[in-house]
Amino acid sequence: MDIPYTTQARPDTGVYNAKVGVWLFLASEVMLFGALFSAYILLRVGALPADWPHGLLNIPIGTFNTAVLITSSVTVVMAWASLKMGRFDRFKIFQTITVLCALAFLGIKTFEYRDKFTHYEVWKTDGSRLTGHIEGKPAFLTLDKLKDAKVEKIHFLPDPHHYAEGRLAARKHDVEHKAVEIPVSDIKRLSAFVPAHSTYFAIYFTLTGLHALHVLGGAIVIAYLLGPGSRMWFTEPERFINRVETSGLFWHFVDLVWIFLFPVLYLL
Amino acid sequence: MNTQATQTMPHAAAVAAVEHEDVGFWRKYIFSTDHKVIGIQYAITALVFLLFGFGLIMMMRWQIAHPGQPIPVIGPLLEATLGQVAAKGIMSPDLYNSFGAMHGTIMIFLGVVPLAFAAFGNYVVPLQIGAVDMAFPRVNMASYQAYLIGGIIMFVSFFIPGGAAQAGWTSYSPLATVIPTHGQTFWLIGMVFLITSSLLGAVNFIATIIQLRAPGMTWMRLPFFVWAQFVTAFLLLLAFPPLEAAAIMQLADKLLGTSFFLPTGLAVGGQLANISGGGSPLLWQHLFWFLGHPEVYVLILPAMGIVAEIITNNTRKPIWGYKSLVYSALAIGFLSFIVWAHHMYLTGMGTKIATFFQTTTMIISIPSVIILTCLFLSLWGGSIRFNTQMLFALAFLPMFGIGGLTGLPLGFAASDIHLHDTYYVIAHFHYVVAPGTIFALFAGIYHWFPKLTGRMMNEFWGKVHFWGSLIFMNIVFQPMFAQGMAGMLRRMADGGANYSAAVAPEAIGTLSHWIMQLHTYILWGAVGLALVQIPFIINLFWSLKHGQPVKSDNPWQATTLEWQTPPPPPHGNFDKPITVYRGPYEYSVPGHATDFTPQNEPPRGKAES
Repeated sequence: MDIPYTTQARPDTGVYNAKVGVWLFLASEVMLFGALFSAYILLRVGALPADWPHGLLNIPIGTFNTAVLITSSVTVVMAWASLKMGRFDRFKIFQTITVLCALAFLGIKTFEYRDKFTHYEVWKTDGSRLTGHIEGKPAFLTLDKLKDAKVEKIHFLPDPHHYAEGRLAARKHDVEHKAVEIPVSDIKRLSAFVPAHSTYFAIYFTLTGLHALHVLGGAIVIAYLLGPGSRMWFTEPERFINRVETSGLFWHFVDLVWIFLFPVLYLL
Repeated sequence: MNTQATQTMPHAAAVAAVEHEDVGFWRKYIFSTDHKVIGIQYAITALVFLLFGFGLIMMMRWQIAHPGQPIPVIGPLLEATLGQVAAKGIMSPDLYNSFGAMHGTIMIFLGVVPLAFAAFGNYVVPLQIGAVDMAFPRVNMASYQAYLIGGIIMFVSFFIPGGAAQAGWTSYSPLATVIPTHGQTFWLIGMVFLITSSLLGAVNFIATIIQLRAPGMTWMRLPFFVWAQFVTAFLLLLAFPPLEAAAIMQLADKLLGTSFFLPTGLAVGGQLANISGGGSPLLWQHLFWFLGHPEVYVLILPAMGIVAEIITNNTRKPIWGYKSLVYSALAIGFLSFIVWAHHMYLTGMGTKIATFFQTTTMIISIPSVIILTCLFLSLWGGSIRFNTQMLFALAFLPMFGIGGLTGLPLGFAASDIHLHDTYYVIAHFHYVVAPGTIFALFAGIYHWFPKLTGRMMNEFWGKVHFWGSLIFMNIVFQPMFAQGMAGMLRRMADGGANYSAAVAPEAIGTLSHWIMQLHTYILWGAVGLALVQIPFIINLFWSLKHGQPVKSDNPWQATTLEWQTPPPPPHGNFDKPITVYRGPYEYSVPGHATDFTPQNEPPRGKAES
């Protein structure tokens, strides 16, 4: 028994089965990310300006990562076009670049994440708030952990400005920049820029984490089609091209999500 | 099955190439990629879960009717398995909450949807469109496995410390997040699996219906059941992902300490919670009901599809208004995405938003009424065969009618404010789903059983099952309308005893004695309902071996394609190439020798040439 139209397009619909499947899957993905973007809007609209961090993400790095993904979007199409022209060797080259771009993106993202886990905000009992780093660069510290460890004071290197001061403050560079000692008894709340820090970081990590999982999944599929899966080229070239095409469609979607994520989370 | 073949055969040849390879027990029954086996796997699992969910509510009904008294027969067993929460066989409020939340979850996500959509859809849709299988057989297998894993996670959660989720099937935050047990975590992880399963199934159904229709099977020749499943698949595909997003966020609230749904200043147990705050409880409700309302139509559309098939087959005449049915189903599919907030009139989301959703809610009742009217009108002038499936299908019409019409007062904010969260709501949606959808599912089982097994189910016990179910369903759910209008709230572990006239005789607006008394009738109605399911269960198993064998491939003399192949259909479905020449319901065509003309019967001139 063979299922029809796995390789050839059905004449009246003009597509093969997997292409219908992947488009439908992408429609559901749009709804998944759409719900999270809606959540972003609702949370941001409901937040006090002082509680909604901005300017804490590294825009040059984000821009670079955007360029990395766009490059991979180009190479994934070039790889498919190479196969269409019968150039298996060029397909290999282009798809290798795609996978390397995916890995570069994930590597940079990991670096960005780690940077956030060691960056803190301190809410003091007198109502003032500071952002900065704790000496020794510990990650995931909380007030409860400090109290459990019976720490009495922390050495804190504050940032030149706090995000609640607004964007203009970010341009001031003449502010004093030296370490301070903060007694633990003066601290009301302490949190690294982890999901629990605020609704902003909650949605930031959820959106980018889910996106990173999609990048990883796409990269695994593309790497499989580049490696062991590519043997199909010699037995069923058309079916192989279809596979590359559908994985490419998914890859474009992943890129497109990032094109929305970058301005929303980094720039706005 | 050989999906790795190097060449794709033309359609007709592929249909003819039926292979009978021996793949062994595991590949054939457990890890099968055959849509028929997967359909049966879904059906068996879903029926077991339906019975289990019904068992939960039976215990709850005892607690409601006799609060604080040990449950007879099952009580000691409950104590032995669950421990302190059921001490001395008495259901504690925590256990009541767990059972309530899980009854809803199990009935909807593990029972009715898998049975109506995945089981019937998997078995019948490829046959009705003349396809050899689903478009993606291995995705189909993965879909069932994800469902099974999700079901097992839900089931296991009863036995973890603290028990299963307690915050209702709607899992509203902050309540769902701050309950200090891990039942909710299990619920959320289970839901992610169930959602994944539905998404895989939905993609597969839509792709199959678009791509694998037999030659000549144009869109307007599809049986209405296929249309209903097509729209249902789109609802699942587009409405479930937002709940998946919401589940991820609630899981983060529970495990990572985020505040997606937790507002600033939230106090838990008299103390300010150690959270960032800033979240929105309304956000959860919006995301939940964005799935939750389309889900209602996921429950009802396949049922309407089954009823349409059975009514047209047993009235021996074409369905009345085929195109109206199709366009109504499509309209319902579209509109169901913009009515969700009528579940939220009491949340303070604002009267302007409420106005919008009242309007859309009233509009969506129009296509539903059109469908029901078409089905009623189809009876006119028919020579009706009153077999068991037809009785169930006929009972579906008024029962769903009651459920639908009592929904209108809930669609208006003014009347909903009084009725919200009372037993009236319970009565309303159970009329839609229990004597509505579940009756249609019973009808479907009696109707397609001969196709699955080659044997008929026993007609006498089928009728006992039907009349008993009809009477007891109404005894169970009809009194709840009165209770709800009297102001009895749902989700109370003592059945409202604390608000009864017996406790506070002088207070105004207490629940009168006879309103409280109705609980007892409902309990015995539920017991009766359980008892009349016994003939059904026995009939199901007994008929497998001892049922009367069918005399032909087409025992109901039906027109649609699933009856044009031997029972049970072989792997690959059809033993001859299928071409479709006509619409789905050509019954009693004047001048034709029989009173039915199968879809694949060539036109007279063509057959001779």
